[in-house]
Amino acid sequence: MYINYKKKYNEKYLTILNLYSWVVLFLVFFQYGLVFSQENVPELDIDVTEGVVEPIPIAFPNFITTDFSSSIIANEISKVVKNDLLKTALFRIVPEGSYISDVTSIDSPVRFADWRAINSDLLVVGDVSVINETITIKFRLWDVVGQNEIFKGVQFRGPSNSIRRIAHKVSDLIYSGVTGEGKYFDTRIAFISERGPKNNRTKRLAIMDQDGANLTFLTDSESIVLAPRFSPDSRNILYTSYETGKPRVYLMNLINGNLRSFPELPGMTFAPRFSPDGMKIILSITENGNTDIYTLNLENNLKKRLTKNVAIDTAPSYSPDGKFIVFESDRGGNQQIYVMPSDGGKAKRISFGKGRYGTPVWSPRGDMIAFTKMYKGNFHIGVMRKDGSNERLLTKAFIDEGPTWAPNGRILMFFRETSGVNGAPSLHTIEVTGRNLRKIELSSFASDPSWSSLLK
Amino acid sequence: MNYQKIFMSVLILFTVTNCSETNGIFGKTGSGSDPFANISQTSLEYFSNEIGDTVLFKVNQSVIEPDYRETLNSQAKWIKENSITSVTIEGHADEQGTREYNLALGARRATAVRNYLVSKGVSESNLSVVTYGKERPLRICSEESCWSKNRRAIVIIDGSSS
Repeated sequence: MYINYKKKYNEKYLTILNLYSWVVLFLVFFQYGLVFSQENVPELDIDVTEGVVEPIPIAFPNFITTDFSSSIIANEISKVVKNDLLKTALFRIVPEGSYISDVTSIDSPVRFADWRAINSDLLVVGDVSVINETITIKFRLWDVVGQNEIFKGVQFRGPSNSIRRIAHKVSDLIYSGVTGEGKYFDTRIAFISERGPKNNRTKRLAIMDQDGANLTFLTDSESIVLAPRFSPDSRNILYTSYETGKPRVYLMNLINGNLRSFPELPGMTFAPRFSPDGMKIILSITENGNTDIYTLNLENNLKKRLTKNVAIDTAPSYSPDGKFIVFESDRGGNQQIYVMPSDGGKAKRISFGKGRYGTPVWSPRGDMIAFTKMYKGNFHIGVMRKDGSNERLLTKAFIDEGPTWAPNGRILMFFRETSGVNGAPSLHTIEVTGRNLRKIELSSFASDPSWSSLLK
Repeated sequence: MNYQKIFMSVLILFTVTNCSETNGIFGKTGSGSDPFANISQTSLEYFSNEIGDTVLFKVNQSVIEPDYRETLNSQAKWIKENSITSVTIEGHADEQGTREYNLALGARRATAVRNYLVSKGVSESNLSVVTYGKERPLRICSEESCWSKNRRAIVIIDGSSS
């Protein structure tokens, strides 16, 4: 089924792509012998939907280690975890110099008074060992105020080159345990890495960890490439390339590097995404100057046309239950957002504010749709309910475009392009509440992000 | 190969717009100024500079403005007279739009030019259309003076039978 017609990427990038297959983390929940009383303890609970949140002070003593090489890896893990937590703006690290208690074992009773005395609300204790190139971390998270354990002790195990993934899994448990929100740190971003002047920019398909680490290029700079989109299992990406001279959609298998083109589709093809079950792709096909939305079944190659009119219909995105498609169309005179049943049929306009709307993308939670809005010379990233109500704009800039959801539906990544002759794009994140706008620092320009699902 | 051609026309156009008077709402290019007076009428330079290979569009529009009918009429005549069998029409948009929409818009613009040339007797099978959306701006400032030059379709002569 996969057409392996281009080996050139494969050999070059296969070793790095293989990351997916050999990083296997063992998640073992285990019970400790110690039982602490849980009488009338106040619940520590952050509501991330609130507008302003005072960061929670968290004590983060060095992980316990018994030898030098383990201590180096332990330090690297804590550095990554602290960085993850700080970037949420929901936590602050209580400075180590103020700690009263020494932590010598993760099983010793916690002297809560010592941690309250330095105003910590939370305490992370952990133990890291490296044996035969295998890292094992055991850790516990304590609510110092309520004097209880937020989740049972957890152990992760992985190969010695999976330090960052182990760390992100630790961050995920802490974030999720404290906020009650879904995990999102152990994820990757596919995007377009850009270089060069605005009128001769080169673009390469690239992939990296959510925090910008482990950047890998998937294509060279020969052809323009656009808008990668992860499959639901994060093992494949769809993207658009000009390698034949025209924009055409390709599917790249990230495990073996195979590329599939779609010769059965006519014309120019772009704006692809997967269906939530991964069985179909939805995309735009342009024939005779007219752009409509089609699906292609990846198993039986059956093509289905979903829109048929002279308007531009593009940027389709499925609802997570697969029942609906949100897309943009200028059928009403200018670019607006519409929703239609996933087998086509009557489309209903949902955007009614001033300005033009594009690039709608359905939240993984199903409740909201993120979009790009253009109004009075500015671009905005915004969200609205799936019926179009409660529109909220989260950003404003010369160009803010192409939102993608973190798998927990709480955070959006998008690209911001500055204006002028030196104008260039970079990736940013913002919470769906409008808080915590952050630029992802990279050594090249970057656009068109796609956030993976939580890695397995 | 393709990019070389784009680059050439970019380079040439840039020179033209810099040294010739602009006229009309779009600052029409290829006004027949002296530097090109001695160019052979069958050369590619004559086509891109004297006739003009570029058509400009209004914001979000793909309608051929009356100003460009003469250009396109001359293009059609030249393509037929010189037995041109392979022509690529590129459609472009300015940066003030989303990526996907601009791809679709560029396709509309290139197709509008294609349809016009076909209506003037150019064989449709000789014409190929490609959209670049906002991927290949000609001018790089973020002002209307540049955007108006970037909302364009360019007719590129790939080859002839003679």
